Amino acid sequence: MNARLLAGAALTALTIGTALSAGSASAQGVSGDAVKIGVLNDRSGLYTDLGGEGSAVAARMAAEEFGGKILGKPIQVITADHQNKPDIGSNIARQWIDQDGVDVIVDVPNSGVALAVQEVTRDKKKIFLMEGPATSRLTGDACSPTGFHWAYDTRALAVGTGRAMVKQGGSSWYFLTADYAFGHQLEADTAAEVKKAGGQVMGAVRHPLNTSDFSSFLLQAQSSGAKIVALANAGGDTITSIKQASEFGLTQSGQQKLAGLLLFISDVHALGLSVAQDLVLTTGFYWDMDDEKRAWSKKFFDKFGKMPTMVQAGSYSAVRHYLKAIEAAGTDDGPTVAAKMKEMPVNDMFAKNGKILANGRMVHDMYLARVKKPSESKGPWDYYQILATIPGNEAFATVEESGCKLAK
Amino acid sequence: MSVPTQGAATVAVQAGGSSLARIVGLVALAVLLVAPYALYPVFLMKVLCFALFACAFNLLIGFGGLLSFGHAAFFGSAAYVTAHTVKVWGLSPELGILLGTVAAAGMGVLFGSIAIRRQGIYFSMITLALSQMVYFLALQLPFTHGEDGIQAVPRGVLLGVIDLNQPFAMYYFVLVVFLFGYAVIWRTVHSPFGQVLKAIRENEPRAISLGYRTDRYKLMAFTLSAALAGMAGGTKAIVFQLATLTDVQWQMSGEVVLMTLLGGMGTLSGPVVGAALVVALENYLAATNLPVPVVIGAIFVACVLLFRRGIAGEILARFGGGGR
Amino acid sequence: MMGTIFGIPPQALFGQLLLGLINGSFYALLSLGLAVIFGMLNVINFAHGALYMMGAFVSWLLLTQLGVGYWWALLIAPIIVGLFGIALEKTLLSRLYKLDHLYGLLLTFGCALMIEGGFRHFYGVSGQPYPIPEALRGGQNLGFMFLPNYRGWVVVASLIVCLSTWLAIEKTKLGAYLRAATENPVLVQAFGINVPVMVSLTYAFGVALAGLAGVLAAPIYQVSPLMGSNLIIVVFAVVVIGGMGSILGAVLTGYGLGLLEGLTKVFYPEASNIVVFVIMAVVLMIKPAGLFGRER
Repeated sequence: MNARLLAGAALTALTIGTALSAGSASAQGVSGDAVKIGVLNDRSGLYTDLGGEGSAVAARMAAEEFGGKILGKPIQVITADHQNKPDIGSNIARQWIDQDGVDVIVDVPNSGVALAVQEVTRDKKKIFLMEGPATSRLTGDACSPTGFHWAYDTRALAVGTGRAMVKQGGSSWYFLTADYAFGHQLEADTAAEVKKAGGQVMGAVRHPLNTSDFSSFLLQAQSSGAKIVALANAGGDTITSIKQASEFGLTQSGQQKLAGLLLFISDVHALGLSVAQDLVLTTGFYWDMDDEKRAWSKKFFDKFGKMPTMVQAGSYSAVRHYLKAIEAAGTDDGPTVAAKMKEMPVNDMFAKNGKILANGRMVHDMYLARVKKPSESKGPWDYYQILATIPGNEAFATVEESGCKLAK
Repeated sequence: MSVPTQGAATVAVQAGGSSLARIVGLVALAVLLVAPYALYPVFLMKVLCFALFACAFNLLIGFGGLLSFGHAAFFGSAAYVTAHTVKVWGLSPELGILLGTVAAAGMGVLFGSIAIRRQGIYFSMITLALSQMVYFLALQLPFTHGEDGIQAVPRGVLLGVIDLNQPFAMYYFVLVVFLFGYAVIWRTVHSPFGQVLKAIRENEPRAISLGYRTDRYKLMAFTLSAALAGMAGGTKAIVFQLATLTDVQWQMSGEVVLMTLLGGMGTLSGPVVGAALVVALENYLAATNLPVPVVIGAIFVACVLLFRRGIAGEILARFGGGGR
Repeated sequence: MMGTIFGIPPQALFGQLLLGLINGSFYALLSLGLAVIFGMLNVINFAHGALYMMGAFVSWLLLTQLGVGYWWALLIAPIIVGLFGIALEKTLLSRLYKLDHLYGLLLTFGCALMIEGGFRHFYGVSGQPYPIPEALRGGQNLGFMFLPNYRGWVVVASLIVCLSTWLAIEKTKLGAYLRAATENPVLVQAFGINVPVMVSLTYAFGVALAGLAGVLAAPIYQVSPLMGSNLIIVVFAVVVIGGMGSILGAVLTGYGLGLLEGLTKVFYPEASNIVVFVIMAVVLMIKPAGLFGRER
């Protein structure tokens, strides 16, 4: 009988013991000791190259400009991998804020995860600086008083690439869409632009995130007969679909043309110029545009070994602006800093006279670019020819158009 | 499945009735009541949800001898139903969880009647395949929102009075749900129904020859297990305010198998211990650089090779006055 | 345009059927391996998908680390996977034969998690590109679709492997033992044939088939740690539908379901992922032992 009691007690103790140690292990670190910047992104999957550790490197570069300290307190940059899962992302965000005293969350590519994190940061009144995610809903119906959408969004991509392709004679469109928040929004925004410009949408097929075989989707696109097969996907999915399109001779016949709606310089680097040449794309940043960008990118390259994507460059710009706002506001309290950020213009190597709208949209110029042919490129990372500048107020929606209910 | 824990199971069942075990139970309850003052409540709520899930799963394997490799289907579907009804239909959380449970029970009837046509390994493979079908449905049906999942589910106001946005209110609600589920399982195991179930596990042909319609018993056990797994899933959706594909993936089915195996199949307390350990371990590992699946897989292999009775089973067998 | 068949342009119909046949080739190779292993060991090898992935990764590592090309990889990778299988069987699986078969399933499940987790830890989850071998680049315009040469090769290679495996099992002495073991393991054991070496070799052969499928898949699906995990569950369903009783049944069901999936993609693409599972449920209702199986 005693033995039985012992057994039960041991069990209980075991359970409590593990629970205690697990709980207390992460209960350390009081908010206020430091300004903690949490870079939360995909560090192992298909979006690793466009953000990943590079975004953390960029955030640290911004912190270094302030000497690693702000208002006398150290700036810390921590990182985590959300694995492209909304539940993992929002759990990390919640735990970071509740237990680890994280003050600001940065990057979060994958619109689905970003939407989930936005719920947490809105609830906890913490700043959320989004460079990786694309969906315009983040400053639309899902906007937050403390959320900032920095580098680009689906609407800017649609205005840039969508209009340009219709002008080049792409009158009928078929979409190959990543089946989640980002793909849906990019497809919707682009279809609207295409129709506005007089084009026609023939249909769409949706593929799961991180697809390895696009053959049956490409076959559907092929038999649609549309002139433009538009890729409303990103990162690894874009790379794979472009490669397999060339395997299946999609563009060989000359009747169909691919349009990568969201291409990062890391994608072009992975594809190689011989496959990617002549693709038209919209970007918020290209390293080789002026001396300031070149100088910063050179520094980034020395640390990271790759040229920055617009997401990584945007992370630097956003964190820098955030830290400046803390300095100006004298506090790291979320709503106060957010208000300050919206008051101040954004002027750095990333954006000139960028302004932040009430819904958190950072408005800056976007660029329409064409991928160079191998013969035009002078060497690695010399990839883009800038065709046009899209003024910020044309690329991004106004607060009224966005549908954000915060707007006063 | 001839569970080597049957000795331990008997002990555990007997212990459940003894006064000493009652003391242990009261201590555990007291600990659970004060725990949120010491620990991160979200972590505790996660443990409780998974503990209930594992207990529900254990009802099937530990007492019915049926290894379902697709219990995530019930857990995840209920999470989706609860999230949808609470967020879109604006139902109260308790109604949402109830509907989630009912949905899971309905699926349990459907899947159960297909799966119990085969036994042993085939049963496991069929449940796995059916749950994968649910996964693909969740990926494509419009109301589940694919990769995004159902987000921003309001926690709402319980019974119209208790605001679940308060972490402590939420925690005690989850605790009540867990205790309710645990009590249902306790009652079932100790009822004549539970006895028949165990008879089927030990020797199905004999149970049939005794005149029991074993298929009907198995289906009832399957349905009850699915319903309780659903209750756990629905509660989790309210706690974390979202329902995603993670909840219906086969990895989730594997996880609950591990929790039960590690804690001790066929014991009432084992799955709770297993769930607490696995959740704590994953929490701990997340902060380190160790690859979580490798560690989980290694524990799996170790459990199968070295201690098939699980932690609770081993302890009960060693201190509980001899196993069989 | 050649007109339409049931309102579907023939390009789409034949194209998707052909892609279905390619998928079916992988189902067939994997379910063949599963059936062979199950026949001899009575173990459902949950690690089969992980070993398929391993085959792809070995060939990728051979190429990127050692410069060994596709054709050699086609030979070397299955051997490496087979040797790994022998190690797995000798050290872990062999301890469980006296226990309930479900423990074999649980053990191999744990192994699958470890193998996949390990590769994932080192290589991330995004696919590593594996180039199509020089000789098989380009494609044929079949009129109704553009068929990349490599995909055609996969169908041919899988057919050859499945057929020769089947013939080997039908015509050779080893095959006779295997066949007997698949039909009636108890009797074969009674004849004293179930020597440990044969068990190990059977397991090695079964997983080597998975490894071979992995090499074939590498240029098509890219090399990713997760490539096996979702595939294996479909293959489980294939095996349940076909029934474990017959080697030929496993192969035929594999190809058949691949084609059926392709057909579904034409008429109702949304259902293409679940059609195999629906078929499984229907077959279980009508013939619980599977199409080619017998109640034991």
